[in-house]
Order: sequence, then structure tokens, then C-alpha cells
Amino acid sequence: MSDKTAITLDVNGKHYAVTIEPRRSLADVLREDCGLTGTHLGCEHGVCGACTVLVDGKPVRACLMFGVQAEGRAIRTVEGLADGETLHPLQKAFWENHGLQCGFCTPGFLMLAAGALEENPEMSEEEIRDVLSSNLCRCTGYQNIVKAVRLAADEMRTRRP
Amino acid sequence: MSGIGVSARRLEDRPLLRGEGRFAADFNAPGQLHMRVVRSPVAFGRLLGVDTEEALALPGVVAVWTASDVSELPPIDFRMTRIEGLAPYRQRVLATDYVRYVGDPVAVVFATDAYTAEDGADLVFCDIDELDPVLDPLAEPTLFMPETQPGLLSEPAVVGKGYGDIDAAFAAAHRVVELTVRVGRHSGVPLETRGALAVHDAKTDTLTMYGAAKVPHYNRDAIARMLGRDRERVQLSEGHVGGGFGIRGELYPEDVLACFAALRLGAAVKWVEDRREHLLAANHSRDQTYRLRAAVDVRGFILGLDAELFTDQGAYVRTHGGTVTDLAAGLLPGPYVIPAYRVAGHIRLTNKTPAGTYRAPGRYESTFARERLIDRIAGELGLDPVAVRRANLVPEEAMPFHRGLDTLGTHVVYDSGRYHDLLDRTLAHVDYDGERKRAAERRAAGEAVGVGLGWFVEKSGLGPKDLARITIAGDGRLEIVTGVASIGQGVETVLAQICAETLQLPIETMRVVHGQTDRIEYGMGAFASRVTVMTGSAVQIASLDLLANARAEAANMLQSATDRVSFAGGIFASPAGASVSLREVAAHLESSGRTLSGEGEFAADHMNYPYGIHIARVRVDRETGGVAVERYVVAYDIGRAVNPMLVEGQIAGACAQGIGGALFEEFVYDEGGQPLAASFADYLMPTCHEVPTVETLVREDAPSPLNPLGVKGAGEGGITAVGAAIAAAIDDALERPGLISRLPVSPARLHALINGGP
Repeated sequence: MSDKTAITLDVNGKHYAVTIEPRRSLADVLREDCGLTGTHLGCEHGVCGACTVLVDGKPVRACLMFGVQAEGRAIRTVEGLADGETLHPLQKAFWENHGLQCGFCTPGFLMLAAGALEENPEMSEEEIRDVLSSNLCRCTGYQNIVKAVRLAADEMRTRRP
Repeated sequence: MSGIGVSARRLEDRPLLRGEGRFAADFNAPGQLHMRVVRSPVAFGRLLGVDTEEALALPGVVAVWTASDVSELPPIDFRMTRIEGLAPYRQRVLATDYVRYVGDPVAVVFATDAYTAEDGADLVFCDIDELDPVLDPLAEPTLFMPETQPGLLSEPAVVGKGYGDIDAAFAAAHRVVELTVRVGRHSGVPLETRGALAVHDAKTDTLTMYGAAKVPHYNRDAIARMLGRDRERVQLSEGHVGGGFGIRGELYPEDVLACFAALRLGAAVKWVEDRREHLLAANHSRDQTYRLRAAVDVRGFILGLDAELFTDQGAYVRTHGGTVTDLAAGLLPGPYVIPAYRVAGHIRLTNKTPAGTYRAPGRYESTFARERLIDRIAGELGLDPVAVRRANLVPEEAMPFHRGLDTLGTHVVYDSGRYHDLLDRTLAHVDYDGERKRAAERRAAGEAVGVGLGWFVEKSGLGPKDLARITIAGDGRLEIVTGVASIGQGVETVLAQICAETLQLPIETMRVVHGQTDRIEYGMGAFASRVTVMTGSAVQIASLDLLANARAEAANMLQSATDRVSFAGGIFASPAGASVSLREVAAHLESSGRTLSGEGEFAADHMNYPYGIHIARVRVDRETGGVAVERYVVAYDIGRAVNPMLVEGQIAGACAQGIGGALFEEFVYDEGGQPLAASFADYLMPTCHEVPTVETLVREDAPSPLNPLGVKGAGEGGITAVGAAIAAAIDDALERPGLISRLPVSPARLHALINGGP
């Protein structure tokens, strides 16, 4: 299994040239080859969503995709969410509303919500719950995550021109 | 300024939100090897041999070890509740002679990368002569390891406790009420799996394990003992920890193997388990059966309680020793007077994953049992369940209430509590009568809706002691060094707020050090809701000590008498009107080579006892057996809330786990002992669809007299009575008192009950 392929990944607008085995998951490539350890692995079977990243704007389980499949796609991870020192409205809302405890699931929830809100900024609370039910959190009981995403959605709507 | 009582946002959050956390799998070292554990595929059998040849031949595989390669390592010892007779049942780091559960480590493979290590592990063949597994903890005890440990039975110990004249209680009984209940096998299941990086620095001959959690100082000492090293040559370092819940951070075989390998192989060794391994190998918990007999009078007052309980301890007795059984036996009486009590707690081994503690260990289970009993008593006597509770609650004037027995080596003395007051407040808060009435109306209209209530007493602040040191540098940066650990609950913020209360500095100037054995000589870690009570009190004492030191120096600087110098808003002032800030005092001291510092140690012989009430309203779907939790309220008196937002967060999170255990989560095994819940597709944790917005009623009615802050632990009470409240609500919804006697109430199980099944 040591046949390796050289590919270039576009992650958060930067190019990463990596030489990887075809069987390597996108999550492992991001974490081990690109050094972007903000993407977390909670189950490696596509249920918990801790590894959620955006691929061409859509939330994707990075544990269920091979790194080689991501070539030529625009990948966004939690490291690219803030604008320099300025936090993204979702990050701010999670902070203000205690939307995280241990913080392990947080990058996945942030990217899931970011992707969903970019697709539909007008989500109702029920729709937000529907989307967020795709990821698992073991600390918060979810209520502050739902609240933070709702408040961030409001904030993002008022910011739009 | 964020002192005590302020819902400050957390100091911890910024790096976690930016993807800059440092969790166990995020640590790396140059030249590191990756460790993969080969696990038993069968539940019970004689281990005849392990063939490692093919694995060793795989390019990239550096070493493969079996038990004979690590025979000098002793079994993993108990950290807590060392009960006579348990020692022979401790787990060795690699299975020796027998495998005793699916997941039992049989061999370890070390390779140059993680994928290769996993490939190598797939090539290791275990030759096992399979035996019939023991899966029922109620069955007659059998042999632990039949050929090599003759006579050693699968019941290592029975924990007996009691007080009062139980025979007289039953002789005087108006009625005897009996009940058998069972709580399924659950566990904490943190979102981060276990992991570690062990690095040996040859220059200093120091072995460091990164990825430590929960009890770093204890584990440092235990690893040093097992490896035969001075403890100064072993350090543990905690990064971010992705949830604890009791199970993460105990000393497991894999931690010891990684450390041992870093020494023997001369390279850093990294180990990160996958989720399947986690569900097979990290501690399970719960899984208790209770047989209760209560002697009651006409009011439903319990004259005596005779109890027998069985803990399915799994394959071996791990670090917790008899903790779960001991706590269950010691705290089963809960908030009630119960003048006579006798309990026998059977620790039973089976061929399942070994068990330890999980948030509210022994209380989630015993609360379910006791509250089901109260409901049964009410049902049999035709009384209102709330009235029966009221008749049994320990009255305020009986506080401090000496239970008359011990648990975790401490006397059970309820330090303070206003139980009747909290009951009245909570019923009013939720409009209990209105809830009952509306549920009855909806039932009359054809829905299956019900309301249930569960009472609990928690315990927190386990000693023996904790230490904190605070320093302020000349530039104003404040550092609090503790021996505590963070498992994601907000330790840094809470300790900073306690410090800010005294020193009146912004918490953003503070850095809280935890989980670093090289920074402080001892620390008891994070478990048993002890952090805010024990370490918080130590920080309070250290803050006062620092303030006194600063005041003396400020008096010199202000040319005034120490007792005439005032302190407000972080500034010392003399009667003459001259002033100097805490920071200026620190800078002044630093300029003369000294440091402004304070130290505090807090010791406690007794735990304290927060308490509360859970109320649930549920709707049952008679067709599917599904249960929807419509409303959930937790009332919890924790004495004093340092950060109410974080307290509410603890309650809501714990409650969600409780709902998981009440309705969905269970480690199920087939008749061969194969685990059927080895992925998140089968071990069903609730999502945000299954968890309602939990309403909290946080009270500060009965501060603890046992510590300077008056605080009691807030980490566990959100889970303790969930099973009890939901079971009562389902009974009510279906108008079938006593229907629910087993958790989880899965749809299949409830569907069968609705249709007349067992």
C-alpha cells in the first residue's frame, strides 16, 4: 500500500503539495500532511461529524472522503473561518453563548453551520435543528449550540448588504 | 471584572474556536512510532499463542509484542476503593493465559506510520481456545480463569453496609413493598477517543506522556511504579481534553504500553484509538440490578430498606476498584430519612468490557432504583408520589444529617440542605399541578402524555486536599498554578473568577495552569465534582495569601501601617490618599528580585452533598414505542454558583447524557459475548433532535459549611435523576404505575411492554 500520489490541495485558499497514499482519508491528509489539526476525528465512520469541512461550499465528512478525491476542490476548514484576528460571527456566537465545553466537536459544528447558513441564510429554528442533528456533541446538550447558530444567523443576515 | 456569580464567557474558548486546540492526537514528536493494539475477537477463551511472524515481516513494522514481552509489568493497580479480595482480578497490560472480553489487548504493533501499524495488527493471529462466556451478572459465580487461577470466582467481593434495626423495621411494617429494577450498560463516550504520545528525553532521562487527563499526578506515580522509575523521571502533560465523564484519563493498559515502548524502543510512541476500540476497550459503566424491599408505614414512610444490588463489573477490576458499587450502596437512601438500612452490593465479573465510573456513578442507578421504589410505594398505598416523598425527606432541622455509614472512605454526612423548601419551590416553578392537569386532559383526548419526578442527592468535593500557587509578574500577568485537570468543563474560567473575586483583576490577565506534573508537586485532578470545591477553595486561600503579602508591601510603599491600607478595585490606598495598584506592587517587588505570590492549600475530610429534583413531561407514541421528551426541568441547589452560565451548561449537558441512558444508549451483547454496539450507528447518543431545551432552577439556598466559598459541585446533578423522572413520566403517560423497571426504555422494549410483553 505504499504507492503514493502527488497532489495539490486548495485549503483555505492556500495550496498544499502533498504525496499521499490513495487510501488516506481527507481528514488524515488535512491533519497529518497539511498540519491543520483543527479538523477532529471522533468516529471515522461518518456519524459524529467532528471532521466536517466544506468542499466546494458543501459540508462533507472528511473521514469519509479520500484525500485524492479532494484535488481541484476548494476546501475550507475551521482554521480558515476567522478573518485574521477577527472571529467569524459563528465563532463569536459560540463564545458568547457557551456553545462549547470540551471544544472537540466545535470545529465540525462551526463548519456544518457555516456551510448551511451560506446556502440558506434564512433557516428557521426547526431547520437549524435539522441541520445540526447531523453532528454529535457529548458536553453541551446542544441547546447553546442551537442558540448560537440562530443568533449568528441573525447577525450574518443584518450584515449582508 | 468577573468575580464570583458572573456569567463570564470562558478563557478557554478562543483557541478551541479557531482550531488551535491541542488534543491528544495533535501531539507529535520527530521520529515517532505508531502503536496499534491487537484485540481479542472473542469474549472468553484460553490464549494458546499469538503468531506475530507475518506482521513483523511487513515493511515499516518495527516491533510486535505479546504478554511474554512485557511480563515484568505488573497489573494495573487500583486508584480508588481498594476492597479486600479484588487484587487478583486486576488487568495486565496484555492478556495473559486467557482473553476475557472482546477487545482485550493481546498484542501491540509498532510501526513507522499509523496505517502500517493497523495493517500489521491485521496480520497478527491469536490462537484462542474459545470458552462459553459469562454474560449474566445475576448467574451463580463461576471461575475467573479456570485452569490458571483455580478457585478464583467471578464474584470478587460483596460490599456490605447498613445501620439501624432492620428486623424491627420489618416487624413494625404496615406493608412491605418489593421491587427489582435494572439499569443498562452505558458509558461516558467522550467525543475525543483516548490517545497518548510518550517521549523519552535521553539527556535528562525523563519520560513524558502527553495527552494526559483527569488525574495526571496519580497516573504519573502509577506509571513510574509500574516501570520501576523514580517519579521525578516521569512527567504527565495535559493538553486539551475532549470530554471526560469519568472514563477518560483513568490509567489504561495502552497508556502504560506507550510509555514502556518509548523507553524500550528508543523512539517516541504515539497511540490514538479509533471509535470501535473506544467502545470495546475504554471503561463501561452503570449496568446494575437492584432488588429492594421496603418496610413502610401507612403514610408511605420507609421504616427500613433492605437492598441487594449487583454490578456487572465486566472482565477485570480496573482502577476504580469497588467505587461504583460502594457509592451505590452508600448513597442509595438519597434524600430520605430511612431509619434502618441494610445493603449487599455484589461485584460480579462477566466477559464484557471492564467497567468504571461514568458521571454520577452509582447515583444515576441508585436514584432510578430508589425513586422507582417511592413511586411503587405510592402506587401500592394509593398515595400521591409527591406526598410520599415529602413524608420521607430529611427535614432541614436534621442538618447536618449523619447517615450512619461510609462511602469512598468518608462518613456520609449531608452538610446542608433545605429539601422541603426546594420541593415546594420547584413544584411552583414548573406549575406542577397545572402540568398534571394538562397532561390528564391530553390523555383524555387520546394522547399518551405524562409527568414524572425524581429526587436526588449528589456528592461532591472529595478530598483529601488541593494546592494552588498564584504569582503576579511585574507586567501584571497573573498565573495560577494548580494540580487540577481540565476535561472541558471550564476550570480555567472558574478558578480565575474565584481569584478575581479577591484580587479584583480582570480574568483576561490570568493564566491557569493545570494537568502539568512538572509545575506543582501534587494534585488530585478532576473527578467526583471536586474541582470547584477543592481547587477553588485552594485558589481562594492563595488569593487571600497573595493579597496579604501585597498589602504588606503596599504599606511600605505608601509609608502607612498595613492595617490602615485599604484595597478596592485592585488598588491599595493609604489614609493620606496615596495609592498604588496591585500591578505596581508586583513590579516594585520584581525590580528587587522578588515575586508577588500567594499559596493556598485546602483539605477536606468530608464530601458535601448538593441535591435537586428532576421533572419530565414526555409523550409516548403507542404505535412505535418512541418517547419524546417535551419538557425537562432540573432544580439543583449547589450552594453557590461561581459562573451561572457554566453551571447551566453542566446541567444541560449532563441531562442530555441522562436522556441518552434513559431512552437510547446501551452496550448490548449477543449470546456469544460479541458486542453489538461497537459504532455510533449502534450506540445511540442523542442528537439535538432528541434533547429538549433543559430548563434549570439553580438555587443557592444551602451553601456548604465545609469550604470557604460555600460551593458544592455542579457537574453531575444534571444526569442523576433523569432515568427516574423519565420512567415516572412514561408510567404516567400510559397510566400504568410501575410499568418501567428497566433502562434504557428503548422503543422496542416499550413497544413490547405496551403490547403486554415482559
